[in-house]
Amino acid sequence: MAMNLSILVLILPFLTFVGLAFFGKRLSGITAGIIGSISTGIISLIAAFIAFNYWVMSDGKSTMILFNFPWLTFNEHLAINMGLLLDSLSIMMVAVVTFVSFMVHLYSIEYLKGEERYGSYFAYLSLFTFSMLGLVLSVNIFQIYVFWELVGVSSFLLIGFYYQRPSAVAAAKKAFIVTRFADLGFLVGILILSFEAKTLDIPMLIERLSSPDTLTSGNIKMHMVGGLSVISIAMFLIFIGGAGKSAMFPLHIWLPDAMEGPTPVSALIHAATMVVAGVYLVARLFPVYFVLTPEVLHIISWVGIISALLAALIACTQTDIKRVLAYSTISQIGYMMFSLGITAYSHGETLGYTASLFHLFTHAFFKALLFLAAGVIIHAVHSNEVAQMGGLRKSLPTTHIAFLLATLAISGIPPLSGFFSKEAILTATHHANPVIFWLAVIGSSLTTFYMFRLYYLIFWNKPAEHHRHHEHALFSIPLIILTLGTLLNGFIPFGQFISVGLEKVQISFELGMAAVPVGGSLLAILLATLWYAKSTSYPDKFVSLLKNFYRWTYRKFYFDELYQFVTHKIIFNLIGRPIAWFDRNIVDGTMNAMAWGSMYFSQAIKRIQSGNVQSYTMYFLGGVIILLSILLYAYGYNLIN
Amino acid sequence: MLHILILSTALFFIGIYGFFTRRNLITMLISIELILNSVNINFVAFNKYLYPQQLEGIFFNIFIIAIAAAEVSLAIAIIINLYRKFNTIDIEDTNTMKH
Repeated sequence: MAMNLSILVLILPFLTFVGLAFFGKRLSGITAGIIGSISTGIISLIAAFIAFNYWVMSDGKSTMILFNFPWLTFNEHLAINMGLLLDSLSIMMVAVVTFVSFMVHLYSIEYLKGEERYGSYFAYLSLFTFSMLGLVLSVNIFQIYVFWELVGVSSFLLIGFYYQRPSAVAAAKKAFIVTRFADLGFLVGILILSFEAKTLDIPMLIERLSSPDTLTSGNIKMHMVGGLSVISIAMFLIFIGGAGKSAMFPLHIWLPDAMEGPTPVSALIHAATMVVAGVYLVARLFPVYFVLTPEVLHIISWVGIISALLAALIACTQTDIKRVLAYSTISQIGYMMFSLGITAYSHGETLGYTASLFHLFTHAFFKALLFLAAGVIIHAVHSNEVAQMGGLRKSLPTTHIAFLLATLAISGIPPLSGFFSKEAILTATHHANPVIFWLAVIGSSLTTFYMFRLYYLIFWNKPAEHHRHHEHALFSIPLIILTLGTLLNGFIPFGQFISVGLEKVQISFELGMAAVPVGGSLLAILLATLWYAKSTSYPDKFVSLLKNFYRWTYRKFYFDELYQFVTHKIIFNLIGRPIAWFDRNIVDGTMNAMAWGSMYFSQAIKRIQSGNVQSYTMYFLGGVIILLSILLYAYGYNLIN
Repeated sequence: MLHILILSTALFFIGIYGFFTRRNLITMLISIELILNSVNINFVAFNKYLYPQQLEGIFFNIFIIAIAAAEVSLAIAIIINLYRKFNTIDIEDTNTMKH
């Protein structure tokens, strides 16, 4: 019964979107923001109620499919259904998405005040909330794809919200095109999978492709291509879609640019919810990956750890506050990805799965908090550059505390939430693959270093300003609530709630295990304090020591330039130009030749039309005589006989 | 019958000749009437000598006369309008409808 309320979670934001899209312009002041906030407030209450019912009132292990109806029926075996899938994973995601969305809505009421397109902004936010919830509640992998694209569209609209700025327009296009390319892989993967498994329904897909009975009974035939099973290829293609959305290496280039959007949008879409859709996708199909295609999980873990390290390195050199946070998001999602991936190395142990989703859960809170705090700072300083900041600890006290706690959380300092989730990931990794474990520890220290560098550059580094900036209540309240979440979330026994099978997972901590990353983080904090707490010359000296490497990192390892080269020089010149030439000269040329031919022919014969009636009659008579003689010649003997 | 056919053929070609050589629209119209009348004579002659018990040829005759009257009225109307526009009914001068 309570679960039937879940349909409201989708309907309410959709109605809000439609209403605000049509009438948002007529609403005065902050009405649109209040409507949007009330709607998301209600759905976050519903989500909390559903979660309470699911885990506390019942056993928290059942999978429910509600409102399931066939939407497109191809044949008797294959149909695309629309419906709601409620299990531990989707309910956890719904709770996170609605909660962060509610916080961001509250915050946006004040942050966006005075914008010309205030109503449209909240309409887009509602559209995003609707599509994201639709995505996590999808019962069918094709339904996921539909909402996946809707999420992409709303992200595009919100990145390009300041459409007068050319950089925002370019960033919106970049985000859309890069994820589009990845989604192509996703779509092809879905089609192959539907062909191989004869279903698109997620529970049925998982049952057919991962339970040992059906696999050995031979109902699913494994087609092989070049030593790989077709299903592996399909699952890899689906992962490419997820990697694009989650900004994994080498498709990460769109996320830092996406920071052109309003800061609350970055908090909601590009930190807490949409970018973890890729993690959600892999987690959703996890049993298939785990049982059938562990080789894809190997790829996933390496992609994850490379993204995590690369993004952490780049984040150390960036000076735009939102870009640092964006790279840190890529890095943290990398952690979630490789945590899913390393289960393939761990001989049947699935701690990595729970750890990954635990990190997703805690990360959503502290990263949204970091972004919202960054929004307050940007609002006060009117700049994104850290060089314009410094010494803000007295002028923005609430933000200072919130930012510090979130920084400690992302650094994995106990007893904040980030410690628990990152520790779970590292424990799982240590059991599975020592190489990735040590790389992850290095990444974690780097994370601490760049986050504290950012913290010091914003709040210290210069003598404290005593001029107190106004921190609006609508800024402080979400910050405080999210700070509480950051403080307390780690104590949730997450393994009791979310695990692969039916048995619960105990997330255990070993003191020796925890000592290494926490020690690394403490060292990194010490280093950052020495270098950045006051304006010192150490960073410059270090930079001149590693001149070339610093330049490479500062320019983000030239990935943008690489893509620019590949698209403009190679694709445009070698593929685009010949095709354009063919179109212009062969296709258009044929049409033009036909037109020119008819024109010259008519020019040549138009003299005949003299306007002289008698010459027309002459032609007519001549024609009649010719026809008559032909007829007489052909059939004349009939007349004679 | 032969004489009648010779007469109608002569009339027909006189009409054709007149149509091609005259420059005056009224004379051209008269030539067309000659052609029509030669056809009429043909109809009557064939009806009388080949199928004397039938009347189709004569009916056709009546139709042709009626249509010719309508055609003449139309043609005269066109000619009058042409005259109003060009102040002439010479076919050489009214050749503006060309390429």
